[in-house]
Amino acid sequence: MVENTGKPLDRVDGRLKVTGAARYSAEWDVPNLAHAAVVSSTVARGSVRALDTAAARAAPGVLAVLSHENAPRLQPLPEKVGGTLFRGEGGMTETRQPLQDTAVHYAGQPLAVVVADTLERARHAASLVRVTYAEQPPELTLKSVSQRSLPETFVGNKDEKLQVTVGDPKAALAAAPVRLERVYESAITHHNPIEPLATIARWEQRNGGEFLTLYDTSRGVENLQEVMATSLGLPKESVQVICPFIGGAFGAKGWLFAPPLLTAMAARLAGRPVKLEWRRQDMFSVAGQRAATHQTLSLGASRDGKLLALQHDTQTHASIMSGYTEPCARVSRMLYAVPNLGFSHQLAHLHLPSPCPMRGPGETVGGWALECAMDELAAELSLDPVELRLRNYADKNPETGKPWSSKHLRECYERGKALIGWDQRNPKPRAMREGNQLVGYGMATTMYPAARRPAEARATLFADGRALVQSATHELGNGAYTIFRQISADGLALPLERVRFELGDSALPAAPTSGGSATTATIGPAALEACRNVLTALKRLAIQQAQSPLHGAAEDAIEARDGRLVLKADASRGEDYAAILRRAKLPLVAATASVKPGEEREQYSFYSFGAVFVKVRVDEASGSIRLARLCAVYDVGRLMNPKTAHSQIIGGVMMGLGATLMEETQYDARTGRAVVRNLADYHVPSLADTPDITVEWLGIPDPHISELGARGIGEIGCVGTPAAITNAVYHATGQRLRSLPLTPDKLLRG
Amino acid sequence: MLLDALREQLHLTGTKKGCDHGQCGACTVHIDGQSALSCLTLAVMSEGRAITTIEGLARGEELHPVQEAFVKHDAFQCGYCTPGQIMAATALVQDRQQRSAAEIREAMSGNLCRCAAYANIIAAIQEAQRA
Repeated sequence: MVENTGKPLDRVDGRLKVTGAARYSAEWDVPNLAHAAVVSSTVARGSVRALDTAAARAAPGVLAVLSHENAPRLQPLPEKVGGTLFRGEGGMTETRQPLQDTAVHYAGQPLAVVVADTLERARHAASLVRVTYAEQPPELTLKSVSQRSLPETFVGNKDEKLQVTVGDPKAALAAAPVRLERVYESAITHHNPIEPLATIARWEQRNGGEFLTLYDTSRGVENLQEVMATSLGLPKESVQVICPFIGGAFGAKGWLFAPPLLTAMAARLAGRPVKLEWRRQDMFSVAGQRAATHQTLSLGASRDGKLLALQHDTQTHASIMSGYTEPCARVSRMLYAVPNLGFSHQLAHLHLPSPCPMRGPGETVGGWALECAMDELAAELSLDPVELRLRNYADKNPETGKPWSSKHLRECYERGKALIGWDQRNPKPRAMREGNQLVGYGMATTMYPAARRPAEARATLFADGRALVQSATHELGNGAYTIFRQISADGLALPLERVRFELGDSALPAAPTSGGSATTATIGPAALEACRNVLTALKRLAIQQAQSPLHGAAEDAIEARDGRLVLKADASRGEDYAAILRRAKLPLVAATASVKPGEEREQYSFYSFGAVFVKVRVDEASGSIRLARLCAVYDVGRLMNPKTAHSQIIGGVMMGLGATLMEETQYDARTGRAVVRNLADYHVPSLADTPDITVEWLGIPDPHISELGARGIGEIGCVGTPAAITNAVYHATGQRLRSLPLTPDKLLRG
Repeated sequence: MLLDALREQLHLTGTKKGCDHGQCGACTVHIDGQSALSCLTLAVMSEGRAITTIEGLARGEELHPVQEAFVKHDAFQCGYCTPGQIMAATALVQDRQQRSAAEIREAMSGNLCRCAAYANIIAAIQEAQRA
């Protein structure tokens, strides 16, 4: 039997995706489907004084107009779902349910939903709704805001406190021979998956009660099921959320629930299934964002480069109705051996749309600030940037004192240096040129927490020799269909083509929201355990069958091999799975598994690591910065599929490139309306921006995370890249840019 | 719009909607053999013209060489921009010219991929133009 896990196989959903047959949320052919269009607030703060819907209701094809005046009353969101704090300071999501009152908290807030028989008629009728506001001046900047707080934890996680002091960083800074204090700022950015948000909602009568089916762009079908049931006052079993394919998420499509709630309410009011597809411009108001940050990094060090103190203070913002706090110290709290460590997060509430996680939440921009500060310290001490990091290499977690589950960062630095030719560069800033352009090299460390969460799975063997493994996880480009089929095929000792893996349906065995680079480490062990359990059930059947060659054998004397159960001692004695089922006159045998991480989480600190090295070219005449080459080496445990993993990592790298050089959402400083709200003004990396990329991984399995040895890889590529580029710009030009993105105006301003 | 007519009336949902402004390329189709943005094309403007969507590219079970190359080189992740990428790429390679990586970068930059499978898209197109 050839092992599938770890092989660079083509995506098993590849054919569906290249033929246009993969079905995304807006594409379900639901009979009698009506279409919705949204009326959004044009002011950022105030209330709706009057909503004139008469013309809209009289327009051709209009079926209903939903607003605060007629919206069903919703129950408050749950306080916590699946261990994640939803509400309050530091909480994940919006506390306010949509269309329950007249208050306006940001421009672009949905105020009404118009339902019509066609999309065009819905859009036209929405343009006829007239809104009168009682307007108030919005609060829009970190500096002037009146509402501030110091949230205790990130989304209620007791292991992730947001205000921490270890040792005495203040005194240690004051006493340090070398001190450095710098302010780093980052702009608001948006996920902008190419598939916009969409929901189809259908109400039916089932078993004498109401039943709601949602086809939603959700990477948390279980979570959404619970949120919808709670909000609408339904039993959980009366809601089903279906999403077999997600057209990219990157942190969106998980934690903001107004879009599916609006669609469900609109469908109830219209008495028909309703589809609500959000427009690209709406993605800048209802889909979440990475908040802007203002970070102060203070480093204290000895003359030979040993860190004595690190203080990382962040100011960031949420909306008026959310307490989500960008956890910027996620890297500072663990990366270097520093005896005096402090960090804080101050949250301001602005009249802007609500933030949520975006790829590498906290790590991407917080790690950028730390790793830029380290580069500045290296320059101050005339030390090689890699050498400074080695002198502060953490052999255990500096915040908790726990040993790492597995850490091979030194090898990453060494290999990365060799790949980029680090030692061949002239280390002096502004010393290298190619033609008219300045050339610079930069590096940064990267990391990502290796989370693992509880999950369930079910494995079924059929009498025709096929198998099915299921779990309510998600395919968002992460390769879930592919790697979980590989893992399941190995777990069942079957060839890949005989095994299917199903996901994306809240009716399947429970799985958490896909995020935090935790899906492989979470679902992989659950699938394996379900496979083992179903084989155990099959063994017991065979042992009891008088005609089976395995009759009377001890359970642990039998193993699965090449689609057969055989005696470990004598592989010629056995039979294939289907024969056992046929003899038992059973069409199938199924088993479930429910697994969770154990004691190892208390004993070890789980992280992935990496080193990113880049070469940039800077044109000083135009101020343009181009990433020419990137070489990165990652210590991410064992990879399930190097082909899909490579894509995921370079995708992360490119998103990091976008955050560094071009991505920025601007809101009008007086009105709070999004000024940048389309893909021509919001620049995401294109093919022409793609550098020469070399990414490698060490491939050393994590001995403690699970039997698969796999940590997640979804976000680590995004982290590290911004600081490596920024540090390379310093090397090229001698200029320290401390504000993301590094647009030409900032370079030219000097 | 042609895009909405394809998706909502003909239920040909392989052509994707990403921006409605001609900025992302997800809605790319062929009109009379040339690459075109269906979100900026009125359906009535296409009267009497031959429109090919992603659903019309493979011959039965046999994939178009560009589709094959996209699978082989993992030139996508989530798959949402992929039909548009493939329609733009098939229009590009039909003249059988051998384009350099730099030319492919320029020609394909109107098709955004937020998963950023770009390096693999270049490899896939280079292979397909040799086919």
